[in-house]
Amino acid sequence: MTSTSDKLTVRVWRGAADGEFRAYDVPRLPSQTVLDVVTHIQRAIDPNLSYRFACRVGMCGSCAMSVNGVARWTCRTHVDKVVDGNGELELGPLRNLPVIKDLVCDMRSFFDKWASARGYFHPTRNRTDDLERISPTSRARKRADAGVECIGCGVCYSSCDVVSWRPDYLGPAALNRAWTLINDVRDGGRAERIAAVAGDSGCHACHTHISCTERCPKGISPTASIAGLKRATALAALKGEL
Amino acid sequence: MNKAWRSRNHPAYWAFIVHRLSGLLLVLFLPFHFWALGRALHGAAAMDGFLRWTDQPLVKFAELGLVVLLGAHFTGGVRLLMLEFLDWREWQKALLAVATVVTVAIGIVFLVHVA
Amino acid sequence: MNAGRDTYLWLAQRISAMILGIFVLAHLITILYVMRDNLSAADILSRTQGNVALMLFYGLFVLAVSVHAPIGLRAVLAEWFGLAGKAVDWSLLVLALMLAAWGFRAVWGVFVA
Repeated sequence: MTSTSDKLTVRVWRGAADGEFRAYDVPRLPSQTVLDVVTHIQRAIDPNLSYRFACRVGMCGSCAMSVNGVARWTCRTHVDKVVDGNGELELGPLRNLPVIKDLVCDMRSFFDKWASARGYFHPTRNRTDDLERISPTSRARKRADAGVECIGCGVCYSSCDVVSWRPDYLGPAALNRAWTLINDVRDGGRAERIAAVAGDSGCHACHTHISCTERCPKGISPTASIAGLKRATALAALKGEL
Repeated sequence: MNKAWRSRNHPAYWAFIVHRLSGLLLVLFLPFHFWALGRALHGAAAMDGFLRWTDQPLVKFAELGLVVLLGAHFTGGVRLLMLEFLDWREWQKALLAVATVVTVAIGIVFLVHVA
Repeated sequence: MNAGRDTYLWLAQRISAMILGIFVLAHLITILYVMRDNLSAADILSRTQGNVALMLFYGLFVLAVSVHAPIGLRAVLAEWFGLAGKAVDWSLLVLALMLAAWGFRAVWGVFVA
C-alpha cells in the first residue's frame, strides 16, 4: 500500500444540473482505480448512485467522468495518481454535456455533432468491386491513422472550452473523425464534409488550447486534425469550392 | 465543477490566455498610439512635448509593459501559425518555450536600453 | 451560420498575422534602436519625412492591423461576452475603418506633413 491514509474522502456529484456534491468515506486499497471507488459507493453505501461503465479495461469509453476537475476514463485512472494530498477525491459528470443524474450525462449532442460533421464513411464502391489498395506509408493514410483510434468517450469534448463558449461548435472528436475521413481515399463525401466542418461552429472556432490533445486517453491529437481541416477548408474556399 | 479550473492548467491553455489578453490590451492601446503619432501633424514641438511626457518613470514602465505585450503576442502568434499551417506532432511544447524565452529577452533588451 | 464568410475571415486574420509577424519584428527592432539613441522629435521626423519606403511599410502595417485586430475582437466578443450577429459585425467593420483612418493619419503626419 503506497498511501499515507487508509481512507478516501470522496465527494460525488448527486442529482442533475441543480445537484450538489455529497461526501462518502471509502476504504483505500492498493492498485485501486477511480471506477473501483465509484463501484464501492454504489454497492456498499448508496445503491441509488448512477454511473456508466462496461468493459472496465479502457476499450469502451463509457466510464469517462470529471476526476478532481479533469476528464478521465475512471477505469484506467489509479486513485494514487489523482488523489489530493489530504485523501480527497472529487467526482463529477463530464463537462459540456447535460447531466441526466449523478455521474451520467446525456451524450446525444456529442454524437449528433459527429453526424453534423459528416463523421461517417461515404462508400464509393460496392461488394463486387475490387478492394482499394492503400499504401500504409502514404501521407494521407498516416494522417488518417493518427486519429482513427478514437472510441468516442467524450473526454476531449468535455475538456474543450470552445465547446463551452460556442454551444454550436462541433468539437474535437467530431472534427477529428472528419479529418480521418478526408484522408481516406475510398471516401466520396469530401465536398459535403468540407462544407460541414468550415466556419465558426466548425474547425475555424478552434483556438489551439490543446486541451483535447492534453486529455485524450488514446494519445490522439484532435488539435492537429483540426489544424488539417483549417488548411483544407481554407484551400477549398480559395478555389471557390466552399 | 468545484475543481473544473484544473482542467485548464496546462501550458498551451496559459499560452492562449496570454495571447488573448495581450491582443485585447494591444487593441485598446492602438488608438492612443495613433493619436500620439498624429501629434507630428502639429509639428516637432508638439511631438517633443509628448516625448518629454513619456520620459516619466511610470510611463517608461508602461512602455515596457507594451513592448512585452507586443513581444508576447508576436511570438505566441508565430507559434500558432506554425501549429496551424505545419503538420506538427511532438514539438509544440518546445515552440512554447522558445516563444517565452524570446518574449523575456525582448523585455530585458528594452529594460537595458531604457536604464 | 455562414461557413464561407467565417472561413474567409479566418484566412484574412491568418494572412494579416503573417504580414504582421514580419512588420512587428521590424517595429520592435526599430523601437529598441530609437530607445538606445534617445532621439528627439526633430531627429525622428528628419529621418522619416519624405522616406517613401518607410511610409509604404507603415501604411501596409496599419492596413494589416486594421484587418487583424477586429477579427480577433469578434471571437472575444462572441466567446466571452456573448455578443455576436449582424450588429456586432457591422460595428467591427466600422472599428476596422476607424483604425485604418487613424493609422493613415498618423503615417501621414510622421512621413509627409
